[in-house]
Amino acid sequence: MSEHKTTEMLNQEAEKVWAEIKDKTLTPKDRGAIPGQEMPSRDPIQRAREMGEVAMGYTETQARVEAERCLGCTNAPCTKGCPVGVPIKDFIAHIQKGDFKGAVDTIKTTNLLPAICGRVCPQEKQCQSFCTVGKIQKSPEKAVAIGRLERFVADWERANNKITVPQPAPDTGKRVAVIGSGPAGLTVAADTRRAGHSVTVFEAFQKTGGVMVYGIPEFRLPKEIVAKEVENLKKMGVEFKMSFLVGRTETLSQLLDENGFDAAFIGTGAGLPKFLRIEGENLIGVFSANEYLTRANLMKAYDVEHADTPMFPAKRVAVFGGGNVAMDGARMALRLGAEKVYCIYRRTRTEMPARAEEVAHAMEEGVDFHFLENPTRFIGDENGRLKAVELLSYELGEPDESGRRKPVAKPGTEHQLEIDAAIVALGNESNPLMAKTTQGLNVTKRGNIIVDENQKTSIPRVWAGGDIVLGAATVILAMGEGRRAAASINEYLAGK
Amino acid sequence: MHKILEKRRLSHDEERGQDVYYFKVTAPEIARNRRAGQFIVLQVDETYGERIPLTIADANAEEGWIAIVFQTVGASTLKLSQFEVGGSIPVIVGPLGSPTRIEKVGTVVCVGGGIGVAPMHPIVQAHHNAGNHVIAIVGARTKDLVIFEEEMKKASDELIIVTDDGSYGRKGLVTEPLKELCEGKGGYSMPNEVVAIGPPIMMKFCVATTRPFNVPTTVSLNTIMIDGTGMCGCCRVSVGGETKFVCVDGPEFDGFKVDFDNMMQRMRAFRDREQADYQKAKDHVCRIGLTNGSTLGKAGA
Repeated sequence: MSEHKTTEMLNQEAEKVWAEIKDKTLTPKDRGAIPGQEMPSRDPIQRAREMGEVAMGYTETQARVEAERCLGCTNAPCTKGCPVGVPIKDFIAHIQKGDFKGAVDTIKTTNLLPAICGRVCPQEKQCQSFCTVGKIQKSPEKAVAIGRLERFVADWERANNKITVPQPAPDTGKRVAVIGSGPAGLTVAADTRRAGHSVTVFEAFQKTGGVMVYGIPEFRLPKEIVAKEVENLKKMGVEFKMSFLVGRTETLSQLLDENGFDAAFIGTGAGLPKFLRIEGENLIGVFSANEYLTRANLMKAYDVEHADTPMFPAKRVAVFGGGNVAMDGARMALRLGAEKVYCIYRRTRTEMPARAEEVAHAMEEGVDFHFLENPTRFIGDENGRLKAVELLSYELGEPDESGRRKPVAKPGTEHQLEIDAAIVALGNESNPLMAKTTQGLNVTKRGNIIVDENQKTSIPRVWAGGDIVLGAATVILAMGEGRRAAASINEYLAGK
Repeated sequence: MHKILEKRRLSHDEERGQDVYYFKVTAPEIARNRRAGQFIVLQVDETYGERIPLTIADANAEEGWIAIVFQTVGASTLKLSQFEVGGSIPVIVGPLGSPTRIEKVGTVVCVGGGIGVAPMHPIVQAHHNAGNHVIAIVGARTKDLVIFEEEMKKASDELIIVTDDGSYGRKGLVTEPLKELCEGKGGYSMPNEVVAIGPPIMMKFCVATTRPFNVPTTVSLNTIMIDGTGMCGCCRVSVGGETKFVCVDGPEFDGFKVDFDNMMQRMRAFRDREQADYQKAKDHVCRIGLTNGSTLGKAGA
């Protein structure tokens, strides 16, 4: 592992490059020669024990240098890779001119939450995988760092109090109910409010933000950023009803038929953890990633002095899974005092669905990856407490329907690993509550709400989007669905 | 915010230093939509408070309130007991869980142990309203700890009170009259259904009592929860060999299928920390009690 470079070191390097290029008219060849800017991050040894944000964001000079790498391709392939179609080369062109406000406003024409997406989008699988620079240099890692630039301008805007709250259109007298305050719900709230409708967001938890608050940890997405986005929506006049579980506190039909809402959007997220269905999964010390992360994030259990919710004290923790949630769980366990954290994944690093940066960060922080292994049973002591897990080794076979090589068990390779906590991060199924309490709402066998191309459900006046439709996906895909739903809701209400 | 309309101390357990309180709080939507067997999750503090599940003991849809009954067994309930009429509970979400299945079956025996009598109350009411003959068995360690006697008398057709020390009602455990009812002693026909709510160990023994008679027995579980909406799986129990979530699949289950031993182990998962927090909260309450000269301090004495 190379030596950790501090922000100052990275900025100095950027200053040198900037001095050379700032007054030059750059040819595409010159741009190709500009070194890609590394994301400054906190020291891995130290940060692995603290909750503060790991990636610190570009300095202004780094952002200016990185932006100059963009070729401004006429056909803008990057935008095609973006689920919400951000005009990427245009916002980068604004950075090239030093107009950061212009850049962030350009992003916001299609993406309302750039500070969040800049941090949590899997750019290497989306926009950056189409970037011409990355193609020429034969690696998406060498593409223009679009996500980091997006984050830079959004953070710049927030830090400098330049956020402009969109002015909603005159009141239409129509009312929209948004169920869930995650990325999909917040997007719908913003877009329908902008059109002049009265909007109420119903959130089951005591805090707004959905998965961005209970799931994604502070060290990856500071909660203050999510809170700021919600604050802006409140300034626009969006109302939030907290601790209100639609389906139980009131049903969807009560909202529509008795409470006078003209339209509703369901964005309730995935939210039903999958377990392994193996022996011993109910031992003390076996947690779903949702439970582990909710305790730590939403309930602030890491703050032992103030929080009433306890965290399970564990020294040797194994996380099962290879996605972002698994990385969050593993890195959270380190921060909560684990001496040893394993990540058990049945394929290899290449097949891991997690964002590349999260895997790299987890490795730097000392998470011990066990690839090609899968648990077969949990072993407990006489008090029902977890003491070990039995693992089976795998090898990669033929590609499956997802195109990834399928892991094949190697019989007789069972072996044990001593652990006192296990975090199961194998994804979520859909929470059945809405379907159970809403007559006529069509769902798939897996419980995902069925929608048409405009996100309309089988019930009149009801739209849905995000993980409750997609299964476990990403913040940006949820936002994309939210935008589509909001456009359709606005169209419907305008014609009403 | 949920305003506290009424606060009563229902019992005081000298031996364990625990009190049972009754709170009537505003919650119009919950009051309107709740059904027997459902519960709420509350927090005494929006940012740092722990989420604790409590069954709805009573409700009034017209007046827009629900009642909860809780025992000061830990730090959060002790903090909750310090709230006064006119004050507000910052977070209440509900009604959660699946409602009790109420059918006209004939004779239903409802066994409530200790504080379990409170969540049993709406179930007794519902069974009675459905036309069942409801025999309620209320158990407590001693006379002073019997709660909801009047309410249960009103809601049931027959009421049997049992105390461990014989200071009130029959001396013995709730399982004794339960067994006699199953045996058809005293001219009773065998009950068609039994519902048991109380400490896990009591429910375990109620199930052991009714099993030989094959009387369908429902238990209501109160495991550790966080969200209470099916999202975290913290409350999971093994029912008939399958993992079920108490918050959404329950809280009521077929008692014959519940793995009580695993459930009781899981409820002790955070025991050390809980005890330390409880002690800290008690010390805090004592200090406030001393400086204010308030009687509340006695709760932690």
